[in-house]
Amino acid sequence: MTGSNNLKENIIYGIFLVLGLITVGFVLLISIYLIIAGLPAIREIGLIDFLFGTKWASTAAEPKFGILPFILTSVYGTAGAVIIAIPVGFFTAVYISKIAPKWVRTWVSGAVNLLAGIPSVVYGLVGMMVLIPGIRVVFNVPDGATLLAAIIVLSIMILPYIISVSVTSLDAVPKSYEDASLALGANHIETFFRVSVPAAKSGIAAAVVLGVGRAIGEAMAVIMVSGNVANMPGIFESVRFLTSAVASEMSYSSGLQREALFSIALVLFLFIMLINACLNFFIKRGQKLH
Amino acid sequence: MNRVLYTRTMKTLMVASVGLTCALLIFMIVYVMFKGAQNISWQLISTKPSYLSGTIGILPDILNTIYIILATLIVELPLGVGAAVYLTEYAQNKKMVKVIEYAAETLSGIPSIIYGLVGMLFFVQFLNFQTSLFAGAMTLVIMNLPTVMRTTEESLKTVPQSYREGAFGLGAGKWRVIRTVVLPSCIDGVITGCILSVGRIIGESAALLFTAGFAHALHGVFDGLASSGATLSVALYVYAKEQGEFGVAFAIAAILMLLALIINLSAGLVSGYYKKKRSL
Repeated sequence: MTGSNNLKENIIYGIFLVLGLITVGFVLLISIYLIIAGLPAIREIGLIDFLFGTKWASTAAEPKFGILPFILTSVYGTAGAVIIAIPVGFFTAVYISKIAPKWVRTWVSGAVNLLAGIPSVVYGLVGMMVLIPGIRVVFNVPDGATLLAAIIVLSIMILPYIISVSVTSLDAVPKSYEDASLALGANHIETFFRVSVPAAKSGIAAAVVLGVGRAIGEAMAVIMVSGNVANMPGIFESVRFLTSAVASEMSYSSGLQREALFSIALVLFLFIMLINACLNFFIKRGQKLH
Repeated sequence: MNRVLYTRTMKTLMVASVGLTCALLIFMIVYVMFKGAQNISWQLISTKPSYLSGTIGILPDILNTIYIILATLIVELPLGVGAAVYLTEYAQNKKMVKVIEYAAETLSGIPSIIYGLVGMLFFVQFLNFQTSLFAGAMTLVIMNLPTVMRTTEESLKTVPQSYREGAFGLGAGKWRVIRTVVLPSCIDGVITGCILSVGRIIGESAALLFTAGFAHALHGVFDGLASSGATLSVALYVYAKEQGEFGVAFAIAAILMLLALIINLSAGLVSGYYKKKRSL
């Protein structure tokens, strides 16, 4: 009786162990597949030519596979989006966490959650219909589908992530820090910005890094508003991101072109891994401080 | 004087930022709903696209979305709940827990276009599922697994240790304790995980383009899962970007917006309901 019971318990333990390890399995699966699929093209084109080549002409008679335009576009686009989203997100977060009365907090955090829940294609569509004509008129350029449009859309899309992670870390600042500052004669605003914010700086940094990760990985919204041409980036240039390069050519690609797309995905994956490592660093440091 | 100026500047910046954030949301909702309402019709949501009459209908896309949600949840729930149970109830080795949690974090940071690519290589080509809703659903399972795992894990952590000890004290084995005491009390985490997953599935497009494809044929559940089909988000992209049918795109966008609103509210309600129930 106990023997069969033990056996049953062991089998069940085994099942749960497998289920527990399944996420690890998936991560390995994704990494291995990307490396296997991404390396051949890099080997054929040459790492330097691939990463630093400035010309992408995958379907030309003499195809060129240089992805520097995509890398720079992704870097500039992400940097631009983060630069716009940080101040807005930061001040909103401080307001929500420290100043807002309870009902305002409920409503504004609800709004932030909803912004995060809107599908990226909807942002893309609104960008296509509002931003692109808007940019064409305001800046008097021939085509509004530019890096600028992508930056604006991305900044709106990462705003909710920056806000909600910052709010969490600001909420975690011990009340005694703030009380001490108030008792020393600082007013509330000074206390929040000069005591609470520095105390929550690891969390706020994590929020920014999370936003960077989201922005660099976004594909559909940017493909809809950025014009999707493999130019070197310029603010009023139609551009193509790492993500949209993969998405736009995959359906009709073949041979070396297809393999090169996998290599682009591999480069994107390495970027994301780097960002994840930064994120973990900031989260760990934040936990150590408190 | 300086302090007054500083305080005022900071206050103004904060109010301006909050105002901007809320204005963005209100603009998105009003603009999409207004444009969508002009273009939505019963004919649109109740038929399939027809070349004969030259009309567009999104019924197949609505059904595809429902099928893919069902298939994803059916596969993902046991996996996610099982992983969470392992982490909270079985895992003794702290290093192992760390590795698993790190893997889950990594998964949630990977962009959906990469899921789409690996899904295409693994499910569509290697396992030979073809471009089908089922291949899309499996891709979404990997994507959403960390969400269900995390919400379930969080609700399992709130089950008081004394419940487990009580059951063990009465002579129950580990599995019996999990089945009768632990699992029933993590239902709120599972439901929250489901709602969040549904939200992500409805909004997902990049991961589905190359795994589930973008056909608009009308199918039943099982035929549908075996054949290629566009979900609402993918259909929005195709109509807006490839075909220039902006009216249809806005109608879909309005539906997606409404669904996002409902999902957000229900996630809030569920967690509020269970919080209240716990505190009683």
